[in-house]
This record gives sequence, C-alpha cells and structure tokens, in this order.
Amino acid sequence: MNKNLQNLTKGFIRENPVFAQLLGLCPTLGVTTSAINGMGMGLATAFVLVMSNLAISSVKSFIPDKVRIPAFIVIIASFVTVVELVMQGFVPALFEQLGLFIPLIVVNCIVLGRAEAFASKNTVFSSVIDGLGMGLGFTFALTILGSVRELLGSGAIFSLKLIEGDAMLVFVLAPGAFIALGYLIALTNKLNKTK
Amino acid sequence: MEYIIIIISAIFVNNIVLAQFLGICPFVGVSNKISTAVGMGGAVLFVMTLATIVTWMIQTYVLMPLGIQFLQTIAFILVIAALVQMVEIILKKVSPALYGALGVFLPLITTNCAVLGVAILTIQKDFSLMEGVVFAISNALGFALAMVIFAGIREHLELMEVPPGMRGVPIALVTAGILALAFMGFTGIV
Repeated sequence: MNKNLQNLTKGFIRENPVFAQLLGLCPTLGVTTSAINGMGMGLATAFVLVMSNLAISSVKSFIPDKVRIPAFIVIIASFVTVVELVMQGFVPALFEQLGLFIPLIVVNCIVLGRAEAFASKNTVFSSVIDGLGMGLGFTFALTILGSVRELLGSGAIFSLKLIEGDAMLVFVLAPGAFIALGYLIALTNKLNKTK
Repeated sequence: MEYIIIIISAIFVNNIVLAQFLGICPFVGVSNKISTAVGMGGAVLFVMTLATIVTWMIQTYVLMPLGIQFLQTIAFILVIAALVQMVEIILKKVSPALYGALGVFLPLITTNCAVLGVAILTIQKDFSLMEGVVFAISNALGFALAMVIFAGIREHLELMEVPPGMRGVPIALVTAGILALAFMGFTGIV
C-alpha cells in the first residue's frame, strides 16, 4: 500500500514530469496562457495517461516485443481521439482555446514514456496509479505555470482579479512562457536539492 | 504573392518554435552545438515535407471520401511513424553519407510534435497540396533557423558564470524567452 502511495505522489515534485523530467514541454508552454487552460490541458492528458496505462498493462503479454511501440501509439491515439471528441462536444470553448495541442497529446513524450517505462512492466493496478500520479503531477505543473503567467500577465488567477492596474502583458505572450518556466524549473531544482 | 506571405509568416512571424511552441523537445535537447542543430534541422526539413505531402493525400483521397475524418489523429501518427522508418531504411541504402549526417536524428522525429502539428495545421488551413508543401518547407526552415541561433547562443553560454540553480535548462529557457522577444519584433510585417 505504501508503494502505491509513493507511485501516486512522486509525480508532484520529485519526479514531476515537467519541472523535474522536462517532458511534454510543448503543451506546457503552448497552452498555459491562463490557469484554467493549463488545468484543462493537464486533465485531458491525465485521462489519456490513465487509460493508456490501463489498456497497455492489460494487453502487454499479447503484444510481440518488436511491434510494441507502434502498438502503444495506436492505443494512445485511440484515447486521444476519444478525448478530442468528448471535449469538442461538452466543452467547445476550452477545446477551441487548446486547439492543436489536443491531437498533439499523441506525441507527448510523457504518455509514451510511462507506457514504455512503467505500464509495459507492471501490474494493471499499479500502472493505473502511476498514470494517475503522473497525470496529476502534469496537471499540477500546468496549473502552477498557468497561474503564474496569468497573475503576472493580467493580474488574475482563474479569472479572479487580484491585482488592479496594468500588468506585464509579455507573460501571456510567447516569451513569458519560456521565462516563467525557466524560473520555475530553477525553483524545483532548489527544492529538490534541499530535501 | 500568396506563397511569399506563407513563407515569411511561417519563418519569422509565427515561428514554429518561438511563437507556436512546437518541437520544443529537440529545441532544448539537441541544441548544444551548432553542427547538431544543423543536422536536426535538415532531418526535420526532409521528414516534415514528405509527411505533409503524404498526410495531405491521405486526408483528401482516403479519409474525406470515406467520411472518417475523426480517425485523422490515428491515421496521421501511424503514417508519420511508418514514413520515418522508411526514410531511415532508404537513406541507409541509397545515400550512406546523408544517413550518416541525419541518421541519429531520424528516430527522434517521430515524437517531434512539430511534424504532426504542421501536418494537422495544413489540413486545418485548407491549403492546396502546393501551398502545403511551401508551408511545410518554410516551417522547417523556421525551425532550423531557431535551432541554429539558439545553439550559437548556448555555445557562448557555456563559458559564462551562471548561478548554480540556473545552470543548464533554466538559463536555456530564459534565453529562449529573450530570443522569442526578439522574434516578436517581426509581428505585423505580413
């Protein structure tokens, strides 16, 4: 039980997919113009992670070793298509905002990375826990980055106005994404070192 | 004229890396030296152009007539993965010299979101095949340009005194931010 808890929590700081492992940087930078966008993207990816880990760990013994990567990609792409259609149907506004980055979950290295490194070697239950932990860690990272950028760029978090007056618009634009992420990674390095 | 607008917009104004955030992984990962940056840029140029042609044809002649556009994501990623494998095998046989230069980068390209991204964008923007090819080539050139500039800066950065916590990726990202700021200067020219 203790090990499962560890699998669940390791994704937050110590093995955080974005801040510590530097995976999935494209959506991380691309969609975090606001906290809500970051969170939506994170949850969509988390869903794909959990479902693909579940599917891959259940069928792993039937897949020949040589074709496992293409097989994984097909499984992942199927769940991405599911997410795409569901989001288009139920949250069209968010879908519009995230745009291209939803289909691009397929090539997000986190998903294939967990499939290859964890789900293809472990039991179904622990794979689901691992997917959930990594997915929530990714959501956490995107929400934090989104909040920082939204706060600095427009003085609000989750559209809740905290600072009145002019803000630094550059943080909502492309350059701000790189700069904010750079400092957040430096902060994580610092935190990991002191622990 | 339309082609010139596509070219300028893809290389400078909406640079694929610095404005659209596609292909960040290789941008951060293999940009330590100018020579590897050029190699990666060449490999992306090659695969992106081919992939856009093939996926455009799949979309127009297979997915649309059958009315199964929702399979776009699955079909495209499979096509790209197969294409990369095929390019690798053919290059190895036909041109060992080119393979030697691009070989190590080819497997990395399957998971380069820039390739899939450009293929999907070409469909979304309703480009004709010719426009799609120009769009793909200019995006790849934009990618190569950003990679090479960034690698040049990073080569100098290695000699600098950087605070311990900022060493490596953090300072690289902040540098990329400043580079993106410079590219924002192109906004509005098309």
